[in-house]
Amino acid sequence: MYGANVETAADRKAPAPVEDPALLAEFQARIDRGESIEPKDWMPARYRRQLVRMMSQHAHSEIVGMLPEGNWITRAPNLRRKMALIAKVQDEAGHGHYIYCGTETLGVSRDELVDDLLAGRAKYSQIFNYPTLTWADIGVIGWFVDGAAIVNQTVLAKASYGPYARAMIRICKEENFHKRQGFEICAVLSQGTDAQREMLQDAVNRWWWPSLMMFGPSDTDSPNSRDLLAWRIKRFTNDELRQRFVNLTVPQAQAIGVRLPDPDLRYDADTQNWVFGEIDWAEFWAVVNGNGPCNRERLAARNKAHADGAWVRQAATAYAAKRAGAPRDGGSTAAA
Amino acid sequence: MDAPAAPADSQWPLWEVFTQEAQGAPHEHAGSVHAVDAEQALQNARDVFGRRGKVISLWVVPTEAIVASAPSDAGPFFDPGAEKAYRHPYFYKVPKGIRVY
Repeated sequence: MYGANVETAADRKAPAPVEDPALLAEFQARIDRGESIEPKDWMPARYRRQLVRMMSQHAHSEIVGMLPEGNWITRAPNLRRKMALIAKVQDEAGHGHYIYCGTETLGVSRDELVDDLLAGRAKYSQIFNYPTLTWADIGVIGWFVDGAAIVNQTVLAKASYGPYARAMIRICKEENFHKRQGFEICAVLSQGTDAQREMLQDAVNRWWWPSLMMFGPSDTDSPNSRDLLAWRIKRFTNDELRQRFVNLTVPQAQAIGVRLPDPDLRYDADTQNWVFGEIDWAEFWAVVNGNGPCNRERLAARNKAHADGAWVRQAATAYAAKRAGAPRDGGSTAAA
Repeated sequence: MDAPAAPADSQWPLWEVFTQEAQGAPHEHAGSVHAVDAEQALQNARDVFGRRGKVISLWVVPTEAIVASAPSDAGPFFDPGAEKAYRHPYFYKVPKGIRVY
């Protein structure tokens, strides 16, 4: 899974700090030489801020992404599918964890990030604000959503910030299982009864366009792209990655006989690209800004899970304090 | 009797995780976890970094216990090693045609 890399109004308004030109030039030279930037290295405040924004949105997306799929664990059609789905959802928790830890190396605490998510101040990928209505949705999510994530994350694995790139390498290795299990579900349904094939086609129809939106706004509407590219936080533009995903996915759809819901989709022999129709950006912004089908439900579920888990965190803290012989109300880090 | 005050809800201390992926291989830094104590840090590290069965050994170390060299001092700090060419085999001349290794 991955985060949509969306800027909020507050991000855009934040003043650009004045940096030492010599340090800035040396920093850019390091990036241009292909070096990794590590947590204790000097970095421009804006580089740090952009990374915290991107990485925390990515981590939140992994965690919120557990909800639509978790919805089908109890109703998976057989034990094999259920085991795979549990493992996948557990992986998403792990992925969120890798990236939260990576973000912490930039000087923010996971608590702050989680608070931002629970309070509704943080963004996460818009894709997780759509409902999973049928079992076919689980297949299509693995195929499209994880497929899109792999396209994006394979590139992020060469991002300039070391801890982010290393987390991406770890995640990419695991994500391939996600995509294959999803595509397998779709391939099996495509060989099934009429009802199963209709269910698959319906899921494809609902998830195709939101999956294309996962790559974020078009380059013409992505004001920070230039800096992000120069600093190698991004290596390709949103539109380039979206095109790569479409080119990979069209033949897969043809192979299992499903239609992608785009009357304008056609192959361009000159560019060797599958040209696709206009994306409904009004829908994208509506979902990003809190008005998708499931935004409120997702936040409520995260808040409930956090509140319901409070006693576990407190019990573990109290147990550690007791074993360490510290006073019972020892609080947070004293328990170590 | 009053119930003891509930401990503060915190994210717990940070631990750095090192994994060994094969017998005889070095332990390498894999990432970090939050945990209340060493035992829980090991369990969390297993759940986060050992889900695929590749890991055969884990170390967890309190993050605050790690002392690292500063990037800004890297030049002078490592300089003494760089200027001692006589520590490298190519510093020494050997008659042609003789295998030394």
